[in-house]
Amino acid sequence: MPATFTRHQVEVEKRNTGYGGKPPVDRRPTGGGGGDENWDSHSSRHDGPHELLIRYRLAVLSGLAGDFVFFAVLVSAFFVRPTAGHIDAGANFVSDWHPIAIPPILWINTAILLLSSLTIEVARRQLFHEIDVMEEWLGLGRPAVRRAAPWLLSTILLGGLFLTGQWIAWQQLASQGLFFATNPNSHFFYLVTGAHAFHLFLGLFALLFALVAIFRFRKVEMRQIALDCTAWYWHAMTLFWIFLFVLLVCYQ
Amino acid sequence: MSAPSAVPAPPPRGFLRRRLFTTDHRALAVLYLLLGLAAVVAGTLLSLVIRIHRVWPALPFPFYGILRPEDYLAVVTMHGTLMVFFVLTVVPQSAFPNLVLPAQIGADRMAFPRLNAAAFWIALASLGVLLAAFFVPQGAPISGWTSYPPLSAIAAAGPGQGAGMDCWIAAIALFCVAAVASSANLLATILGRRGPGMRLERLPLTAWSWLTSSALTVIAFSTLFAAAAMLFADRHLGTNFFVPPGEVIDGIARAGGGGSPLLWLHLFWFFGHPEVYISILPGMGLASALLANFTRRPVPGYRFMVAAMLMIGFLGLGVWGHHMFVSGIDPWLGTTFGLTTIAIAVPSSAEVLTWLAMLFRGRMRLTTPMLFTLGFLSFFIAGGLTGPILAQPALDAYLHNTFFVVAHFHLVMAMAGVFSIFAGIYYWYPLLTGRMMNELLGKAHFWVSLVAAYGTFFPMHFAGLAGEPRHYAQLAGPVESFPSLIPVERGITFAALTLAAAQLIFLFNVFRSARHGVRADENPWRATTLEWSPDLHPITRGEPYLYGSCLGGTEDFLPQWELAAPARPAQPYLSGPKPE
Repeated sequence: MPATFTRHQVEVEKRNTGYGGKPPVDRRPTGGGGGDENWDSHSSRHDGPHELLIRYRLAVLSGLAGDFVFFAVLVSAFFVRPTAGHIDAGANFVSDWHPIAIPPILWINTAILLLSSLTIEVARRQLFHEIDVMEEWLGLGRPAVRRAAPWLLSTILLGGLFLTGQWIAWQQLASQGLFFATNPNSHFFYLVTGAHAFHLFLGLFALLFALVAIFRFRKVEMRQIALDCTAWYWHAMTLFWIFLFVLLVCYQ
Repeated sequence: MSAPSAVPAPPPRGFLRRRLFTTDHRALAVLYLLLGLAAVVAGTLLSLVIRIHRVWPALPFPFYGILRPEDYLAVVTMHGTLMVFFVLTVVPQSAFPNLVLPAQIGADRMAFPRLNAAAFWIALASLGVLLAAFFVPQGAPISGWTSYPPLSAIAAAGPGQGAGMDCWIAAIALFCVAAVASSANLLATILGRRGPGMRLERLPLTAWSWLTSSALTVIAFSTLFAAAAMLFADRHLGTNFFVPPGEVIDGIARAGGGGSPLLWLHLFWFFGHPEVYISILPGMGLASALLANFTRRPVPGYRFMVAAMLMIGFLGLGVWGHHMFVSGIDPWLGTTFGLTTIAIAVPSSAEVLTWLAMLFRGRMRLTTPMLFTLGFLSFFIAGGLTGPILAQPALDAYLHNTFFVVAHFHLVMAMAGVFSIFAGIYYWYPLLTGRMMNELLGKAHFWVSLVAAYGTFFPMHFAGLAGEPRHYAQLAGPVESFPSLIPVERGITFAALTLAAAQLIFLFNVFRSARHGVRADENPWRATTLEWSPDLHPITRGEPYLYGSCLGGTEDFLPQWELAAPARPAQPYLSGPKPE
């Protein structure tokens, strides 16, 4: 059954048939959910596609939590930096902190990334649309995939646009003479945007993989899981970018 | 009692696919245990080198010669790195869960077997890369397992800080990836693959401890990974995260600068403190389980113990500054960290007091696993009591970097942690091999280890109080520092040699009992948790740790896979055959 929902448990019909009588009859259509004591019939509903989706989401969440900590560490280095400086010949403390102006294209990039998050969320929801999923599960074609695919494709295009825009931003900074190692602030800018862009690049590969997967995977739940996990990764990258962007704009 | 389900024989697979690419979690557990064994042998040999060199500095080592001070530091670095990561993190947090976790929660396999397997092979690669540091030009790094910059950030700063340090960083990075992958698998398994009836409030305390440690691992090891990446960038990509301005090494001024070694300290210890809780929490869970088993008493306040464990995990993220009291941080920050460190003593003490309560009026069976659990308790208390001492910035100002600290963490991590590993191995050995380990050898192993361990680490408290610093290659030499401590050092060395020798008893026992041990019964320890169930797919029907003679019936325990005992003839079954 597709991973759209897990039914609530229905009351078990028990018949007291006396000594040696028949065991309790379980007339629930799905074999029962979790949490009650009637485990004599090895009901399979506690390990269905929805549970599989939950497990994959948990794994992705663990990875994303680690990734979040990774970015938090980079940012923590940023917060230490404003105290960086050197003592010049006149025994004065000279701060090395030169805030750089954010290239305006970054605003456009942010909008593009937000839009891409929107498109992939639409794609994800299309793939969980109950009626289409039922049809797929019954073997009546791939309506959900056909609905989701264009949205996924647009996400890939928007993601590519974002990365191009980031590259343009770096070019613009370079033309002003600000490179990776020029000063601590430019260093931080390149580091943070570079790490994020690298993650997004991996995310593009994940999106491409998902695009192939929703056509090639045979089980509907695996198609859903592939796109769902990719979508959550992409959303996380968007969230990280917003966090980093706010930092760059407001807290230099 | 359900009959074993007829499982068709798996198709024959080649040697490579069976051994190298196995995804069976029990096979991976054995592999992890062997990994831990290799690491602990290497780490113990290094510790003996440390002890022997401190007492006889002019003694040439076979195949090497006399240890120079920088060689001593390299030995100390590798000893710490090997033991903390590859023994005290791998075995309690990777080997044991792979061995019993799925069975304990009623699952038939892990949630992501291939991810699980990949984590092992990455960990193995990590060990290989770390050991390679001994063989690269200039040898192993000398900056300690904590690898403080600028020593660790600049290749020219010391011998072994070139290729050796790069090996260290690569090994740590690989290990972080393996740890996070393994923990993601454990989290998904515990939260998503529990068997029928295994509600969270019926989860054994060992499973709770692995859950908490996995959550801590994801956070802590990601921090370490980021810090290691930044250190690598400092060394090879021209950045200056950790190198302060104006650094001059070997007469060459380092370009740029503007970093702070203090940043490394913050990042490393933000990892480092949760790391020690990752190491010890599984041992604490196991102690609860084994104490219940061998005193035939339930764990008093099961929910309380779960809450205490979660609190330790959560608060453990907020105490890292107590490693940094003398590093020049703001004294108010020091006070704050001192307070959070004292706060974490509260749930820890709650756990200890619960264990002590279980010892009273229990019908104790002093089997080998129980002895090692009592030893764990002893070391945990002894080492733990010096924690609040070190948590005071005022006291730590004197005691930091003395042997007092060495005594503290060796008692609580090395000895308590290792004793919990021994307890686990003796306890779960029947699951691994179907045989019991030899009780007599086990008791001998225990007593010699206990006495020798106290003989090794307890005198270090006094040496530390006398002011003996850490990391000095030798106390005797052209200028004698601390001459009165040399007899103490000699005593410690002899005790350490005895402790190491006692482990040979254990190794002999492990390998011999695999073939010639007494065959184990189905549930040899008469335990209640699901890994001892005779069914392949047990259904959980009750709470864990239901021990005690008040349960009725003939047994003094109620396994988790059985219903409440209705054995008294006067009471009919609730929904079954009526008595005649």
